[in-house]
Amino acid sequence: MKYEVLKLLSQNAKYSPEDISTMLGITEAEVVDIISELEKDNVIRGYKAVIDWEKLDGAYVSAIVELNVVPKAGLGFEEVAEKIMKYREVEAVYLMSGDYDLNIIVKGKTLQDIAWFVAKELATIDSVTSTATHFVMRRYKDMDVELITGVNDDRGQLFV
Amino acid sequence: MIDYGKVLNKTVTDIKPSGIRKFFDIAATMDDVISLGVGEPDFQTPWSIRKAGIESLQRGKTKYTSNWGLIELRREISNYLERKFSVKYCPENEILVTVGGSEAIDMALRALINYGDEVIIPQPSYVCYEPITRIAGGVPVIVNTKAENDFKITAEELRSVITDKTKVLILPYPSNPTGAIMEKEDLLEIAKVLDGTDIMVLSDEIYAELTFSGKPHVSPASLEGFFERTITVNGFSKAFSMTGWRLGFACGPKPVIDEITKIHQFAIMSSPTTSQYAAIEALKNCDEDVKYMLKQYNMRRRMIVAGFNKIGLTCREPKGAFYAFPSIQSTGMTSEEFCEKLLYSKKVAVVPGTAFGESGEGFIRASYCYSVEHIKEALSRIEEFLKEIK
Repeated sequence: MKYEVLKLLSQNAKYSPEDISTMLGITEAEVVDIISELEKDNVIRGYKAVIDWEKLDGAYVSAIVELNVVPKAGLGFEEVAEKIMKYREVEAVYLMSGDYDLNIIVKGKTLQDIAWFVAKELATIDSVTSTATHFVMRRYKDMDVELITGVNDDRGQLFV
Repeated sequence: MIDYGKVLNKTVTDIKPSGIRKFFDIAATMDDVISLGVGEPDFQTPWSIRKAGIESLQRGKTKYTSNWGLIELRREISNYLERKFSVKYCPENEILVTVGGSEAIDMALRALINYGDEVIIPQPSYVCYEPITRIAGGVPVIVNTKAENDFKITAEELRSVITDKTKVLILPYPSNPTGAIMEKEDLLEIAKVLDGTDIMVLSDEIYAELTFSGKPHVSPASLEGFFERTITVNGFSKAFSMTGWRLGFACGPKPVIDEITKIHQFAIMSSPTTSQYAAIEALKNCDEDVKYMLKQYNMRRRMIVAGFNKIGLTCREPKGAFYAFPSIQSTGMTSEEFCEKLLYSKKVAVVPGTAFGESGEGFIRASYCYSVEHIKEALSRIEEFLKEIK
Protein backbone atom coordinates (compact mmCIF):
# COMPACT_ATOMS: atom_id res chain seq x y z
CA MET A 1 0.00 0.00 0.00
CA LYS A 2 2.94 2.32 0.70
CA TYR A 3 3.76 2.39 -2.96
CA GLU A 4 0.14 3.06 -3.91
CA VAL A 5 -0.10 5.96 -1.47
CA LEU A 6 3.13 7.46 -2.77
CA LYS A 7 1.98 7.14 -6.34
CA LEU A 8 -1.19 9.07 -5.57
CA LEU A 9 0.66 11.75 -3.62
CA SER A 10 3.16 12.13 -6.43
CA GLN A 11 0.25 12.83 -8.74
CA ASN A 12 -1.43 15.25 -6.40
CA ALA A 13 0.04 16.17 -3.04
CA LYS A 14 -3.25 17.80 -2.09
CA TYR A 15 -5.15 14.52 -1.96
CA SER A 16 -6.44 14.28 1.58
CA PRO A 17 -6.08 11.10 3.62
CA GLU A 18 -9.81 10.72 3.11
CA ASP A 19 -9.46 10.88 -0.69
CA ILE A 20 -6.63 8.39 -0.65
CA SER A 21 -8.42 6.00 1.67
CA THR A 22 -11.48 6.05 -0.60
CA MET A 23 -9.49 5.49 -3.75
CA LEU A 24 -7.47 2.62 -2.31
CA GLY A 25 -10.27 1.05 -0.29
CA ILE A 26 -8.44 1.24 3.05
CA THR A 27 -9.25 3.20 6.21
CA GLU A 28 -8.33 6.81 6.69
CA ALA A 29 -6.37 5.90 9.82
CA GLU A 30 -4.23 3.48 7.81
CA VAL A 31 -3.46 6.21 5.28
CA VAL A 32 -2.50 8.65 8.01
CA ASP A 33 -0.19 6.02 9.52
CA ILE A 34 1.43 5.20 6.21
CA ILE A 35 2.03 8.86 5.40
CA SER A 36 3.48 9.73 8.77
CA GLU A 37 5.79 6.74 8.58
CA LEU A 38 6.93 7.76 5.11
CA GLU A 39 7.54 11.29 6.36
CA LYS A 40 9.42 10.03 9.41
CA ASP A 41 11.61 7.79 7.25
CA ASN A 42 12.32 10.72 4.95
CA VAL A 43 10.83 8.91 1.99
CA ILE A 44 8.50 11.85 1.56
CA ARG A 45 10.85 14.80 1.54
CA GLY A 46 8.33 17.58 1.13
CA TYR A 47 5.21 18.86 -0.58
CA LYS A 48 5.56 21.61 -3.14
CA ALA A 49 3.41 23.31 -5.71
CA VAL A 50 4.08 22.74 -9.39
CA ILE A 51 4.41 26.26 -10.74
CA ASP A 52 4.40 27.41 -14.32
CA TRP A 53 6.80 30.32 -13.90
CA GLU A 54 6.49 31.27 -17.53
CA LYS A 55 3.04 32.62 -16.70
CA LEU A 56 4.78 35.34 -14.68
CA ASP A 57 6.87 37.57 -16.90
CA GLY A 58 10.57 37.39 -16.21
CA ALA A 59 10.12 35.65 -12.92
CA TYR A 60 12.32 32.70 -13.52
CA VAL A 61 15.10 31.54 -15.80
CA SER A 62 16.83 28.22 -15.49
CA ALA A 63 19.71 26.38 -17.04
CA ILE A 64 21.25 22.96 -17.03
CA VAL A 65 24.96 23.13 -16.33
CA GLU A 66 27.18 20.19 -17.17
CA LEU A 67 30.27 19.99 -15.02
CA ASN A 68 33.39 17.94 -15.41
CA VAL A 69 35.04 17.38 -12.10
CA VAL A 70 38.23 15.75 -10.86
CA PRO A 71 37.08 13.44 -8.10
CA LYS A 72 38.94 13.63 -4.78
CA ALA A 73 40.73 10.55 -3.51
CA GLY A 74 38.58 8.88 -0.90
CA LEU A 75 35.70 11.34 -1.29
CA GLY A 76 34.82 10.84 -4.95
CA PHE A 77 32.30 13.42 -6.07
CA GLU A 78 30.62 13.86 -2.69
CA GLU A 79 32.67 16.81 -1.52
CA VAL A 80 32.13 18.94 -4.59
CA ALA A 81 28.48 17.89 -4.89
CA GLU A 82 27.81 18.92 -1.30
CA LYS A 83 29.50 22.24 -1.85
CA ILE A 84 27.46 22.95 -4.99
CA MET A 85 24.09 21.96 -3.55
CA LYS A 86 24.38 24.53 -0.79
CA TYR A 87 23.96 27.39 -3.26
CA ARG A 88 20.55 29.00 -3.21
CA GLU A 89 20.65 29.19 -7.03
CA VAL A 90 20.99 25.42 -7.39
CA GLU A 91 17.78 23.49 -7.74
CA ALA A 92 19.16 20.03 -8.44
CA VAL A 93 22.48 18.21 -8.47
CA TYR A 94 22.87 14.83 -10.14
CA LEU A 95 25.89 12.61 -10.63
CA MET A 96 25.74 11.39 -14.19
CA SER A 97 27.01 8.48 -16.22
CA GLY A 98 28.45 9.31 -19.62
CA ASP A 99 30.20 12.36 -21.05
CA TYR A 100 30.26 14.57 -18.00
CA ASP A 101 30.09 14.17 -14.24
CA LEU A 102 27.63 16.50 -12.54
CA ASN A 103 24.39 17.82 -13.89
CA ILE A 104 23.30 20.99 -12.12
CA ILE A 105 19.98 22.76 -12.55
CA VAL A 106 20.45 26.42 -11.82
CA LYS A 107 17.75 29.05 -11.50
CA GLY A 108 17.93 32.80 -11.50
CA LYS A 109 15.95 35.90 -12.27
CA THR A 110 17.78 36.66 -15.51
CA LEU A 111 20.14 34.97 -17.95
CA GLN A 112 22.77 37.32 -16.64
CA ASP A 113 22.34 36.05 -13.08
CA ILE A 114 22.93 32.51 -14.19
CA ALA A 115 25.87 33.38 -16.40
CA TRP A 116 27.52 35.19 -13.50
CA PHE A 117 26.78 32.40 -11.11
CA VAL A 118 28.36 29.81 -13.36
CA ALA A 119 31.39 31.92 -14.15
CA LYS A 120 32.04 33.17 -10.65
CA GLU A 121 30.95 30.32 -8.45
CA LEU A 122 30.86 27.01 -10.28
CA ALA A 123 33.73 27.46 -12.74
CA THR A 124 36.07 28.64 -10.04
CA ILE A 125 35.75 25.55 -7.86
CA ASP A 126 39.16 23.86 -7.81
CA SER A 127 38.11 20.43 -8.89
CA VAL A 128 35.82 21.66 -11.71
CA THR A 129 37.65 21.32 -15.01
CA SER A 130 34.97 22.49 -17.41
CA THR A 131 31.39 23.76 -17.57
CA ALA A 132 28.77 23.83 -20.32
CA THR A 133 25.62 25.87 -19.70
CA HIS A 134 22.34 25.20 -21.52
CA PHE A 135 19.55 27.66 -20.91
CA VAL A 136 16.05 26.29 -20.73
CA MET A 137 13.99 27.98 -23.41
CA ARG A 138 10.62 26.47 -22.75
CA ARG A 139 9.12 24.00 -20.35
CA TYR A 140 6.57 21.69 -21.85
CA LYS A 141 6.29 19.30 -18.95
CA ASP A 142 7.72 19.57 -15.47
CA MET A 143 7.44 17.30 -12.45
CA ASP A 144 5.12 15.05 -14.45
CA VAL A 145 2.75 17.88 -15.20
CA GLU A 146 2.03 19.05 -18.73
CA LEU A 147 2.53 22.80 -18.75
CA ILE A 148 1.42 23.55 -22.27
CA THR A 149 -2.30 23.18 -22.84
CA GLY A 150 -2.96 19.51 -23.19
CA VAL A 151 -5.36 17.84 -25.54
CA ASN A 152 -8.95 18.88 -24.95
CA ASP A 153 -11.53 16.26 -24.19
CA ASP A 154 -12.53 15.59 -27.76
CA ARG A 155 -14.86 12.70 -27.05
CA GLY A 156 -18.00 12.97 -29.10
CA GLN A 157 -21.11 13.69 -27.06
CA LEU A 158 -22.63 10.44 -28.23
CA PHE A 159 -25.19 8.79 -26.16
CA VAL A 160 -23.66 5.45 -25.22
CA MET B 1 -43.55 17.18 -53.25
CA ILE B 2 -42.67 13.91 -51.61
CA ASP B 3 -44.53 13.22 -48.38
CA TYR B 4 -41.65 11.76 -46.43
CA GLY B 5 -44.02 10.69 -43.69
CA LYS B 6 -45.43 8.23 -46.20
CA VAL B 7 -42.28 7.05 -47.92
CA LEU B 8 -40.21 6.29 -44.86
CA ASN B 9 -40.38 2.97 -43.08
CA LYS B 10 -43.04 3.17 -40.41
CA THR B 11 -41.21 1.02 -37.88
CA VAL B 12 -38.29 3.39 -38.13
CA THR B 13 -40.27 6.63 -38.03
CA ASP B 14 -42.15 5.30 -34.99
CA ILE B 15 -38.92 5.02 -33.02
CA LYS B 16 -38.72 8.05 -30.78
CA PRO B 17 -35.49 9.96 -31.06
CA SER B 18 -33.60 9.80 -27.80
CA GLY B 19 -34.50 12.64 -25.44
CA ILE B 20 -30.91 12.63 -24.34
CA ARG B 21 -29.76 13.86 -27.70
CA LYS B 22 -31.55 17.15 -27.03
CA PHE B 23 -30.09 17.29 -23.57
CA PHE B 24 -26.53 16.84 -24.81
CA ASP B 25 -27.14 19.46 -27.49
CA ILE B 26 -28.09 21.97 -24.79
CA ALA B 27 -25.00 21.05 -22.76
CA ALA B 28 -22.82 21.52 -25.83
CA THR B 29 -23.94 25.15 -26.21
CA MET B 30 -23.02 26.04 -22.61
CA ASP B 31 -19.58 27.10 -21.44
CA ASP B 32 -17.76 25.44 -18.55
CA VAL B 33 -20.06 22.45 -18.46
CA ILE B 34 -18.50 19.67 -16.46
CA SER B 35 -19.79 16.41 -17.82
CA LEU B 36 -20.18 12.99 -16.30
CA GLY B 37 -22.13 12.03 -19.37
CA VAL B 38 -19.69 10.39 -21.71
CA GLY B 39 -19.73 6.61 -21.93
CA GLU B 40 -16.30 6.09 -23.38
CA PRO B 41 -12.83 5.81 -21.84
CA ASP B 42 -10.76 8.95 -21.44
CA PHE B 43 -7.55 6.98 -21.95
CA GLN B 44 -5.80 7.06 -25.29
CA THR B 45 -5.62 3.74 -27.10
CA PRO B 46 -2.36 2.20 -25.79
CA TRP B 47 0.51 3.26 -28.02
CA SER B 48 1.55 -0.23 -29.13
CA ILE B 49 -1.96 -0.74 -30.52
CA ARG B 50 -1.88 2.54 -32.40
CA LYS B 51 1.58 1.65 -33.70
CA ALA B 52 0.36 -1.71 -34.96
CA GLY B 53 -2.37 0.13 -36.89
CA ILE B 54 0.13 2.59 -38.35
CA GLU B 55 2.54 -0.18 -39.33
CA SER B 56 -0.19 -2.13 -41.06
CA LEU B 57 -0.89 0.98 -43.15
CA GLN B 58 2.81 1.37 -43.93
CA ARG B 59 2.89 -2.22 -45.10
CA GLY B 60 0.00 -1.42 -47.39
CA LYS B 61 -2.60 -3.53 -45.59
CA THR B 62 -5.47 -1.50 -46.93
CA LYS B 63 -7.66 -4.07 -48.65
CA TYR B 64 -10.79 -5.88 -47.53
CA THR B 65 -10.19 -8.83 -45.27
CA SER B 66 -12.15 -12.07 -45.30
CA ASN B 67 -15.83 -11.52 -44.47
CA TRP B 68 -15.22 -13.18 -41.13
CA GLY B 69 -12.23 -10.98 -40.33
CA LEU B 70 -8.51 -11.78 -40.41
CA ILE B 71 -7.88 -15.35 -39.36
CA GLU B 72 -4.92 -14.21 -37.19
CA LEU B 73 -7.29 -11.93 -35.32
CA ARG B 74 -9.95 -14.62 -34.92
CA ARG B 75 -7.28 -16.94 -33.52
CA GLU B 76 -6.28 -14.27 -31.02
CA ILE B 77 -9.92 -13.67 -30.08
CA SER B 78 -10.33 -17.38 -29.52
CA ASN B 79 -7.20 -17.52 -27.30
CA TYR B 80 -8.28 -14.42 -25.45
CA LEU B 81 -11.77 -15.66 -24.63
CA GLU B 82 -10.40 -18.95 -23.43
CA ARG B 83 -7.61 -17.33 -21.40
CA LYS B 84 -9.83 -14.71 -19.77
CA PHE B 85 -13.30 -16.21 -19.58
CA SER B 86 -12.79 -19.96 -20.07
CA VAL B 87 -15.02 -20.13 -23.12
CA LYS B 88 -13.88 -21.89 -26.27
CA TYR B 89 -14.81 -20.72 -29.76
CA CYS B 90 -13.35 -22.12 -32.93
CA PRO B 91 -11.54 -19.39 -34.89
CA GLU B 92 -12.49 -20.95 -38.23
CA ASN B 93 -16.25 -20.87 -37.92
CA GLU B 94 -17.54 -19.64 -34.57
CA ILE B 95 -16.19 -16.07 -34.54
CA LEU B 96 -17.18 -13.10 -36.69
CA VAL B 97 -15.30 -9.78 -36.48
CA THR B 98 -17.78 -6.90 -36.58
CA VAL B 99 -17.93 -3.11 -36.67
CA GLY B 100 -18.05 -2.68 -32.91
CA GLY B 101 -20.16 -4.70 -30.54
CA SER B 102 -23.10 -2.68 -31.86
CA GLU B 103 -23.02 -4.30 -35.27
CA ALA B 104 -22.77 -7.71 -33.67
CA ILE B 105 -25.94 -7.04 -31.67
CA ASP B 106 -27.78 -5.79 -34.75
CA MET B 107 -26.71 -8.72 -36.94
CA ALA B 108 -27.41 -11.29 -34.25
CA LEU B 109 -30.95 -10.03 -33.65
CA ARG B 110 -31.63 -9.82 -37.37
CA ALA B 111 -30.40 -13.37 -37.84
CA LEU B 112 -32.64 -14.68 -35.07
CA ILE B 113 -35.90 -12.77 -35.18
CA ASN B 114 -38.89 -13.79 -37.25
CA TYR B 115 -41.76 -11.33 -37.47
CA GLY B 116 -43.56 -11.19 -34.12
CA ASP B 117 -40.89 -13.02 -32.12
CA GLU B 118 -40.44 -11.75 -28.61
CA VAL B 119 -37.15 -10.49 -27.26
CA ILE B 120 -36.72 -10.23 -23.51
CA ILE B 121 -34.80 -7.12 -22.53
CA PRO B 122 -33.86 -6.41 -18.92
CA GLN B 123 -33.90 -2.69 -18.16
CA PRO B 124 -32.43 -0.24 -17.21
CA SER B 125 -30.03 -1.11 -20.00
CA TYR B 126 -28.20 0.28 -22.97
CA VAL B 127 -30.53 1.89 -25.47
CA CYS B 128 -30.03 -0.13 -28.64
CA TYR B 129 -31.79 -3.42 -27.91
CA GLU B 130 -35.35 -2.17 -28.15
CA PRO B 131 -35.12 -0.27 -31.46
CA ILE B 132 -33.01 -2.95 -33.11
CA THR B 133 -35.52 -5.59 -32.05
CA ARG B 134 -38.36 -3.55 -33.56
CA ILE B 135 -36.50 -2.89 -36.80
CA ALA B 136 -35.86 -6.62 -37.11
CA GLY B 137 -39.62 -7.21 -36.76
CA GLY B 138 -39.49 -8.45 -33.20
CA VAL B 139 -41.47 -7.45 -30.14
CA PRO B 140 -39.51 -6.14 -27.17
CA VAL B 141 -40.60 -7.58 -23.83
CA ILE B 142 -39.20 -5.44 -21.07
CA VAL B 143 -38.21 -6.79 -17.67
CA ASN B 144 -37.88 -3.99 -15.16
CA THR B 145 -35.07 -5.14 -12.91
CA LYS B 146 -35.00 -3.84 -9.37
CA ALA B 147 -32.50 -1.94 -7.29
CA GLU B 148 -33.04 -4.30 -4.37
CA ASN B 149 -31.92 -7.16 -6.64
CA ASP B 150 -28.90 -5.10 -7.67
CA PHE B 151 -30.54 -4.72 -11.08
CA LYS B 152 -29.94 -8.37 -11.94
CA ILE B 153 -32.63 -10.21 -13.83
CA THR B 154 -33.99 -12.95 -11.57
CA ALA B 155 -35.20 -16.41 -12.54
CA GLU B 156 -38.78 -15.54 -11.43
CA GLU B 157 -38.81 -12.34 -13.45
CA LEU B 158 -37.61 -14.26 -16.48
CA ARG B 159 -40.08 -17.11 -16.01
CA SER B 160 -42.98 -14.69 -15.75
CA VAL B 161 -42.40 -13.18 -19.22
CA ILE B 162 -41.57 -16.28 -21.24
CA THR B 163 -44.24 -17.20 -23.80
CA ASP B 164 -44.22 -19.56 -26.77
CA LYS B 165 -43.18 -16.55 -28.86
CA THR B 166 -40.04 -15.87 -26.85
CA LYS B 167 -37.04 -16.08 -29.16
CA VAL B 168 -34.20 -14.27 -27.46
CA LEU B 169 -33.13 -13.27 -23.96
CA ILE B 170 -30.70 -10.39 -23.85
CA LEU B 171 -28.18 -10.46 -21.03
CA PRO B 172 -26.57 -7.02 -20.96
CA TYR B 173 -24.05 -7.58 -18.16
CA PRO B 174 -21.85 -5.98 -16.84
CA SER B 175 -24.52 -3.36 -17.19
CA ASN B 176 -24.50 0.09 -18.66
CA PRO B 177 -25.97 2.07 -16.80
CA THR B 178 -26.36 0.20 -13.50
CA GLY B 179 -22.95 -1.44 -13.15
CA ALA B 180 -24.71 -4.68 -12.24
CA ILE B 181 -23.03 -7.99 -12.97
CA MET B 182 -24.39 -11.54 -13.04
CA GLU B 183 -22.49 -13.94 -10.81
CA LYS B 184 -22.13 -17.59 -11.68
CA GLU B 185 -24.98 -18.58 -9.31
CA ASP B 186 -27.29 -15.98 -10.86
CA LEU B 187 -26.59 -17.33 -14.33
CA LEU B 188 -27.10 -20.93 -13.28
CA GLU B 189 -30.59 -19.97 -12.05
CA ILE B 190 -31.30 -18.42 -15.44
CA ALA B 191 -29.98 -21.56 -17.15
CA LYS B 192 -32.51 -23.67 -15.22
CA VAL B 193 -35.37 -21.55 -16.56
CA LEU B 194 -34.09 -21.81 -20.11
CA ASP B 195 -33.40 -25.52 -19.90
CA GLY B 196 -35.52 -27.46 -22.38
CA THR B 197 -36.54 -24.35 -24.36
CA ASP B 198 -35.21 -23.09 -27.70
CA ILE B 199 -34.73 -19.60 -26.32
CA MET B 200 -31.47 -18.05 -27.49
CA VAL B 201 -29.32 -15.78 -25.37
CA LEU B 202 -27.60 -12.65 -26.65
CA SER B 203 -24.93 -11.88 -24.09
CA ASP B 204 -23.55 -8.36 -24.51
CA GLU B 205 -20.23 -8.51 -22.71
CA ILE B 206 -18.63 -5.31 -23.96
CA TYR B 207 -17.71 -4.38 -20.35
CA ALA B 208 -16.38 -7.86 -19.47
CA GLU B 209 -12.88 -6.60 -18.68
CA LEU B 210 -14.25 -3.98 -16.32
CA THR B 211 -15.26 -5.82 -13.18
CA PHE B 212 -14.01 -4.81 -9.78
CA SER B 213 -14.53 -7.64 -7.33
CA GLY B 214 -11.20 -9.23 -8.20
CA LYS B 215 -13.05 -12.17 -9.73
CA PRO B 216 -13.17 -12.26 -13.52
CA HIS B 217 -16.43 -11.70 -15.37
CA VAL B 218 -18.46 -14.88 -15.85
CA SER B 219 -19.29 -15.42 -19.48
CA PRO B 220 -22.61 -17.30 -19.78
CA ALA B 221 -21.27 -19.40 -22.66
CA SER B 222 -18.67 -20.86 -20.29
CA LEU B 223 -21.47 -22.47 -18.25
CA GLU B 224 -23.36 -25.63 -18.91
CA GLY B 225 -26.72 -25.09 -20.54
CA PHE B 226 -25.68 -21.85 -22.19
CA PHE B 227 -23.13 -22.54 -24.90
CA GLU B 228 -25.46 -23.98 -27.53
CA ARG B 229 -27.99 -21.15 -27.11
CA THR B 230 -25.65 -18.21 -26.61
CA ILE B 231 -24.27 -15.56 -28.89
CA THR B 232 -21.45 -13.80 -27.10
CA VAL B 233 -20.85 -10.20 -28.13
CA ASN B 234 -17.73 -8.35 -27.10
CA GLY B 235 -15.32 -5.82 -28.54
CA PHE B 236 -12.33 -3.59 -28.17
CA SER B 237 -13.93 -0.23 -27.39
CA LYS B 238 -14.16 -0.26 -23.63
CA ALA B 239 -11.47 -2.73 -22.55
CA PHE B 240 -8.73 -1.37 -24.79
CA SER B 241 -9.99 2.18 -25.08
CA MET B 242 -10.54 1.75 -28.82
CA THR B 243 -14.00 3.25 -29.33
CA GLY B 244 -13.18 5.06 -32.56
CA TRP B 245 -11.63 1.99 -34.16
CA ARG B 246 -15.10 0.45 -34.36
CA LEU B 247 -14.24 -3.18 -33.79
CA GLY B 248 -16.04 -5.97 -31.99
CA PHE B 249 -17.00 -9.57 -32.48
CA ALA B 250 -19.83 -12.06 -32.25
CA CYS B 251 -19.19 -15.65 -31.22
CA GLY B 252 -21.57 -18.57 -31.17
CA PRO B 253 -22.36 -21.99 -32.53
CA LYS B 254 -21.38 -22.38 -36.19
CA PRO B 255 -24.91 -22.54 -37.65
CA VAL B 256 -25.78 -19.22 -36.02
CA ILE B 257 -22.54 -17.45 -36.88
CA ASP B 258 -22.90 -18.69 -40.49
CA GLU B 259 -26.20 -16.84 -40.84
CA ILE B 260 -24.99 -13.73 -39.04
CA THR B 261 -22.01 -13.67 -41.36
CA LYS B 262 -24.34 -13.81 -44.33
CA ILE B 263 -25.95 -10.52 -43.29
CA HIS B 264 -22.60 -9.01 -42.37
CA GLN B 265 -21.24 -9.98 -45.78
CA PHE B 266 -23.97 -8.03 -47.57
CA ALA B 267 -24.24 -5.08 -45.20
CA ILE B 268 -20.61 -4.51 -44.23
CA MET B 269 -18.38 -6.82 -46.34
CA SER B 270 -15.58 -6.83 -43.79
CA SER B 271 -14.64 -4.88 -40.70
CA PRO B 272 -12.04 -2.09 -40.90
CA THR B 273 -8.71 -3.64 -41.86
CA THR B 274 -6.46 -1.21 -39.97
CA SER B 275 -8.48 -1.76 -36.83
CA GLN B 276 -8.17 -5.51 -37.20
CA TYR B 277 -4.38 -5.34 -37.32
CA ALA B 278 -4.35 -3.05 -34.31
CA ALA B 279 -6.67 -5.41 -32.45
CA ILE B 280 -4.27 -8.33 -32.89
CA GLU B 281 -1.70 -6.33 -30.93
CA ALA B 282 -4.32 -5.47 -28.30
CA LEU B 283 -5.09 -9.11 -27.61
CA LYS B 284 -1.51 -10.32 -27.79
CA ASN B 285 0.41 -7.75 -25.77
CA CYS B 286 -1.79 -5.38 -23.83
CA ASP B 287 -2.82 -7.18 -20.65
CA GLU B 288 -0.74 -4.72 -18.64
CA ASP B 289 -2.44 -1.71 -20.21
CA VAL B 290 -5.84 -3.17 -19.45
CA LYS B 291 -4.77 -3.81 -15.87
CA TYR B 292 -3.53 -0.25 -15.50
CA MET B 293 -6.77 1.25 -16.79
CA LEU B 294 -8.84 -1.04 -14.60
CA LYS B 295 -6.91 0.15 -11.57
CA GLN B 296 -7.56 3.78 -12.45
CA TYR B 297 -11.26 3.11 -13.03
CA ASN B 298 -11.45 1.35 -9.70
CA MET B 299 -10.03 4.34 -7.81
CA ARG B 300 -12.46 6.67 -9.58
CA ARG B 301 -15.30 4.28 -8.92
CA ARG B 302 -14.65 4.25 -5.19
CA MET B 303 -14.31 8.01 -5.21
CA ILE B 304 -17.58 8.67 -7.02
CA VAL B 305 -19.61 6.10 -5.06
CA ALA B 306 -18.33 7.39 -1.71
CA GLY B 307 -18.92 10.94 -2.93
CA PHE B 308 -22.56 10.38 -3.90
CA ASN B 309 -23.33 8.60 -0.64
CA LYS B 310 -21.65 11.36 1.33
CA ILE B 311 -23.70 14.12 -0.23
CA GLY B 312 -26.90 12.18 0.35
CA LEU B 313 -27.57 10.42 -2.96
CA THR B 314 -27.71 6.73 -2.14
CA CYS B 315 -25.44 4.86 -4.52
CA ARG B 316 -25.09 1.09 -4.63
CA GLU B 317 -21.70 -0.26 -5.46
CA PRO B 318 -21.44 -0.78 -9.21
CA LYS B 319 -19.60 -4.05 -9.72
CA GLY B 320 -18.75 -3.56 -13.36
CA ALA B 321 -18.61 -1.16 -16.34
CA PHE B 322 -17.72 2.49 -15.62
CA TYR B 323 -20.89 4.08 -14.36
CA ALA B 324 -22.36 4.98 -11.00
CA PHE B 325 -26.14 4.84 -10.79
CA PRO B 326 -27.18 6.79 -7.68
CA SER B 327 -30.76 7.27 -6.58
CA ILE B 328 -32.13 10.80 -6.62
CA GLN B 329 -35.46 9.81 -5.09
CA SER B 330 -34.66 11.76 -1.90
CA THR B 331 -34.93 15.00 -3.90
CA GLY B 332 -38.52 14.29 -4.88
CA MET B 333 -37.71 15.19 -8.47
CA THR B 334 -38.03 13.03 -11.55
CA SER B 335 -34.75 11.98 -13.15
CA GLU B 336 -35.21 14.32 -16.07
CA GLU B 337 -36.14 17.25 -13.88
CA PHE B 338 -33.09 16.64 -11.72
CA CYS B 339 -30.73 16.44 -14.68
CA GLU B 340 -32.13 19.50 -16.40
CA LYS B 341 -32.04 21.65 -13.26
CA LEU B 342 -28.57 20.43 -12.40
CA LEU B 343 -27.36 21.28 -15.88
CA TYR B 344 -28.83 24.78 -15.87
CA SER B 345 -27.95 25.73 -12.33
CA LYS B 346 -24.57 24.05 -11.83
CA LYS B 347 -23.52 23.15 -15.35
CA VAL B 348 -23.03 19.51 -14.55
CA ALA B 349 -24.23 17.02 -17.16
CA VAL B 350 -25.40 13.59 -16.03
CA VAL B 351 -27.87 11.29 -17.77
CA PRO B 352 -31.38 10.64 -16.40
CA GLY B 353 -31.97 6.98 -15.58
CA THR B 354 -35.13 7.03 -17.67
CA ALA B 355 -32.99 7.19 -20.81
CA PHE B 356 -32.36 3.48 -20.14
CA GLY B 357 -35.97 2.50 -19.63
CA GLU B 358 -38.85 3.45 -17.36
CA SER B 359 -37.34 1.50 -14.49
CA GLY B 360 -34.48 3.98 -14.48
CA GLU B 361 -36.83 6.57 -12.98
CA GLY B 362 -35.44 7.91 -9.73
CA PHE B 363 -31.83 7.34 -10.78
CA ILE B 364 -29.13 9.15 -12.70
CA ARG B 365 -26.17 7.74 -14.56
CA ALA B 366 -22.79 9.29 -13.89
CA SER B 367 -19.85 8.03 -15.90
CA TYR B 368 -16.51 7.93 -14.15
CA CYS B 369 -14.41 7.99 -17.31
CA TYR B 370 -12.90 11.18 -15.97
CA SER B 371 -9.97 12.19 -13.80
CA VAL B 372 -10.38 12.10 -10.03
CA GLU B 373 -10.10 15.91 -9.94
CA HIS B 374 -12.87 16.22 -12.51
CA ILE B 375 -15.07 13.84 -10.53
CA LYS B 376 -14.45 15.73 -7.30
CA GLU B 377 -15.37 19.04 -8.92
CA ALA B 378 -18.58 17.57 -10.34
CA LEU B 379 -19.50 16.10 -6.96
CA SER B 380 -18.95 19.36 -5.16
CA ARG B 381 -21.19 21.14 -7.65
CA ILE B 382 -23.87 18.49 -7.18
CA GLU B 383 -23.55 18.93 -3.43
CA GLU B 384 -24.15 22.68 -3.77
CA PHE B 385 -27.13 21.93 -5.96
CA LEU B 386 -28.62 19.59 -3.37
CA LYS B 387 -28.22 22.21 -0.66
CA GLU B 388 -29.94 24.84 -2.76
CA ILE B 389 -32.97 22.73 -3.60
CA LYS B 390 -33.58 21.72 0.01
